[in-house]
Amino acid sequence: MVKARQNYDGVAITAPFSMPYQRYSIDTAHWWIAKALRGSLTAANLKPSDLDGFSVASFTLFPDSAVGLTQHLGLCPRWLDHIPMGGASASVALRRAARAVQAGDANIVACVAGDTNHIDSFRNMLSSFSRFAQDASYPYGYGGPNANFALLTDRYMKEYGATREDFGHICVAQRDNALRYQNAVMKKPLTLEQYMSARPIADPIALFDCVMPCAGSECFLVMSEDEAAKRNLPYAMLGGAIERHNAHSEDDIQLRGGWTMDIDELYAMSNCTPDDIDLLQTYDDYPVISMMQIEDLGFCAKGEGPEFVRSHDLTIDGDFPHNTSGGQLSAGQAGAAGGYIGMVEAIRQVTGTAGGTQVKNASIAMISGFGMINYDRGVCTSASILKTGARA
Amino acid sequence: MTEPLTFPPKKDPQKRSATPTRPPEARSRASLALTAAAAEGRFALQVCDECQIVQYPPRDACMNCIGTDLRWNDVSPKGHLLAETTVQTSTKLFFRERAPWRMGSVKLDVGPLILCHIHGDCTRDSAVKVLNRLDKSGQAVLIAIPLERSDHMDDDPQLRALSAHPKHRRILITDAWNPNTPALARALLDAGAATVFVGEAESWRPHPNRDALASMANVEVLPLDVTDTSSVQKLAGEIGGKTDILINNARFLRPGGVLSRGDTGFARDEMEVNYLGLMRLAQAFGPGMCARTADGVNSAAAWVNILSAYALSNTPEYGCYSASNAATYSLSQSLRGEFRSSGLRVMNVFVGPTEDDWHAPLPPPKVLPQSVARSVLDGLNDGLEDVWCGDIAKDIRDRWRKNAKVLEREMTFGSDGA
Amino acid sequence: MSTLHSLATDIALGNVKIIDLTHTLDPDFPVIILPPEFGQCARFRMEEISAYDHRGPAWKWHNLTLSEHTGTHFDAPSHWISGRDVPNGSVDEIPLDAFVGPVVVIDCSEGAAQNDDLELTVEAIENWEAEHGKIPTGTWVLMRTDWSKRSGAAYLNMRKDGPHSPGPNPEAIQFLINERNIRGFGTETVGTDAGQGAHYVPPYPAHYFLHGAGKYGLQCLANLDQLPPTGAILLAAPLKIKNGTGSPLRVLAMIEG
Repeated sequence: MVKARQNYDGVAITAPFSMPYQRYSIDTAHWWIAKALRGSLTAANLKPSDLDGFSVASFTLFPDSAVGLTQHLGLCPRWLDHIPMGGASASVALRRAARAVQAGDANIVACVAGDTNHIDSFRNMLSSFSRFAQDASYPYGYGGPNANFALLTDRYMKEYGATREDFGHICVAQRDNALRYQNAVMKKPLTLEQYMSARPIADPIALFDCVMPCAGSECFLVMSEDEAAKRNLPYAMLGGAIERHNAHSEDDIQLRGGWTMDIDELYAMSNCTPDDIDLLQTYDDYPVISMMQIEDLGFCAKGEGPEFVRSHDLTIDGDFPHNTSGGQLSAGQAGAAGGYIGMVEAIRQVTGTAGGTQVKNASIAMISGFGMINYDRGVCTSASILKTGARA
Repeated sequence: MTEPLTFPPKKDPQKRSATPTRPPEARSRASLALTAAAAEGRFALQVCDECQIVQYPPRDACMNCIGTDLRWNDVSPKGHLLAETTVQTSTKLFFRERAPWRMGSVKLDVGPLILCHIHGDCTRDSAVKVLNRLDKSGQAVLIAIPLERSDHMDDDPQLRALSAHPKHRRILITDAWNPNTPALARALLDAGAATVFVGEAESWRPHPNRDALASMANVEVLPLDVTDTSSVQKLAGEIGGKTDILINNARFLRPGGVLSRGDTGFARDEMEVNYLGLMRLAQAFGPGMCARTADGVNSAAAWVNILSAYALSNTPEYGCYSASNAATYSLSQSLRGEFRSSGLRVMNVFVGPTEDDWHAPLPPPKVLPQSVARSVLDGLNDGLEDVWCGDIAKDIRDRWRKNAKVLEREMTFGSDGA
Repeated sequence: MSTLHSLATDIALGNVKIIDLTHTLDPDFPVIILPPEFGQCARFRMEEISAYDHRGPAWKWHNLTLSEHTGTHFDAPSHWISGRDVPNGSVDEIPLDAFVGPVVVIDCSEGAAQNDDLELTVEAIENWEAEHGKIPTGTWVLMRTDWSKRSGAAYLNMRKDGPHSPGPNPEAIQFLINERNIRGFGTETVGTDAGQGAHYVPPYPAHYFLHGAGKYGLQCLANLDQLPPTGAILLAAPLKIKNGTGSPLRVLAMIEG
């Protein structure tokens, strides 16, 4: 019998900050990370020297890592982490920071993700992403993630009868949400007709199934509840958090993710069920992945995702609020910050600070992450459940 | 079914020729073994010595037992097409210019899942066979084809891009005098070559192939002496812009090693023809061919050297000739590097002793001109880099790979009189 | 007026004409063909060293590859085994006065037009002498066949049984040497011997007897049709090659115009 996981009691997540995204930026990842970090510190009325823990996720820091950033930003943490997990990085960063705070290894941890997007960044990132992708994926049309997810979507549609309209529901609802989120890159409404008639990218994936790479950064702080209360900060509490890597490697094509191995434990630790979740933030680089998460996180059975999105309203005011800031599909994908967008929005939601995207009475939010197409599938999955600690 | 490739119309002289672009070349060192297999047309994957699990993508430790003894074995290329997509846009210029591009995932019968190109004749969710081929970057790629051949399947644009098929191409054979030239010309024409140019040295004296070549339609015999720089430059000036495949079969061969003649005369001739001849041809024809590797249906595709298998390890009976071929082989490797950026492929056909006067004292087996022609054609069809023609060439290759020093010792036995 | 001054004046006035008897050195000019297991005569080759470019900005020059016996060339006694022991038998040792001297031309062009294997015979020589006088001692004798007007395959005229071109028979060449003590013998063909000269006894009699007697050879000559039967002076100085058995050279003739 494996020893049960300890709870995450006593941890506060606070001071969410999102830098408004830009399609292209001439600034560096260092600049973007500094901006977000400053934003969270300002929100919490802290100085950089108050930080003793620092966690970074970024693709475009090269040749630097979290280490280089400490000197670059003049930080002196006693706990330092670099999370190279892209879309799965937020819950992983939070989980580890929470453990550091619980254990007293750090008092205040800043978790930050940020990437720049130069004109050539995306192409350069693809070319150095992973060895297996370089060896065995890119030579085949160099479609990047588009092609990988096209294969997955193709198989998912065949296996479970999903249609393009089903994916369109997810995208259209997120665009509605994005129109209420001032930082979103996409500012125009999207209709299902527009979705269906969009330019094909890698069949069956078309333009609105794809995220728009952009520059941006996101940050939040992790500290003890006592610390947050002392500073009079609104905060969220962590019900539970899971991560899993290279799960189900025996599956020929990825139609499920690593969440299925740990999801029951996540709900048990968080003392809730799917029915209790007020809003869900999935990692949405392609709608099929959101559909897969809805299934794997227990909101419906495997294969019922299409029916679920047909029968639910995924907008902020709907019966299943999903990706309330528009997700990456409509707010933009700012590299590793794309892994943080749902987390930072969820912190705002359960602390009542989400403004235009606020879901009424939101007190339990689930955040799910997915990342790193190392070869033919996403290798990293993560999820966490946040609960209201103190509202603003 | 694939539509037959039609002969390209004459070029619009006002249009810029397409600039050669390449698919991604970067690979891990482990992956280069897949490229090495593709270079000679084999489908091989890593198999764990300990647990026998077949692995892909190439790696440095077994995904099942973390053993590090992974051996590249030929495995069954059969599998099932699980999912596919047609890439409509790519950040890589090579694919952007060629979109839409069909690719997919295939579950191999031997275990691994592969991503690969998909031949146009493959139907959804069907059984397929996977070929391991070199692409324009000179790296291995996998392509799924149907189990059954169809008439024009070589004309599929994705498959053709992985080959140097002679169809509709214009081909220069450099040496009319070589006994293999008529067979080569015949085979290329039968495979659909548009024109076969044949270089003829010293047209002031007769040679036995002249009548045979004169009788073939679409064969043009033109003056070319690979030992004469001006002659090579002149012919390149005339046909260099429409030479799609160059087959260098110019050969000077005399028996004997270092001591048997006691001079450097024939050795010099061997170097002039076999080694410097290649260099002169490459300097004159190479740049033009490199510039035309994306020039449509009859783009420049391959540079073929016909070498002695003794380029790998010297046979003292033909010691100086072997040495000149070793030099030529080495030079061809430089050319590979120099041509790489253009996508122009260098194919070496290693041939065992041939059926001709100079090898008359040797016992069989010997390679007939038709065998050389077949090897060249197969190599071009399959887009190979290394082709081994004849049993002796294959035997030398295997021994050389097994232990080059042992082979050297085998090739250099003394006689009892010494 | 001194002899030389008067010669110079006559050349300037056109009273003495200079005729070039030389073919252009060209990579595609035929050379003698021997069975392939024998060593072969190098073809003329020219490689650019630089041409006012990165290899040499202000100058153009070439490296040459050729044999002593490529193109229009001179044969020294040491070229042949019969002449191996002749004193001063190599081109660097031959006395200078051998290179300038009188020349007679025996016109065999009519016969050569009819018969590729035309032989120069003693009888033909005697007929020529009947018309033009006895060949003086120390004279170059050139056999005119108009062969130099041929080009390409017709020049070597190679068939399955070897090349076919005119030349002297053994008796004729011995007659010129022993009875007339000539300086040397020259032809328009690729050798001083007939194309089928290997089949005489001894093989290649012109080479064999000429060089054995310390006489010289000239071959691949051109423009013999511009020379008078008698009265011309030949200038044929080979390169000064140490132990050289022959040499490409510029052959000039002076004729009175």
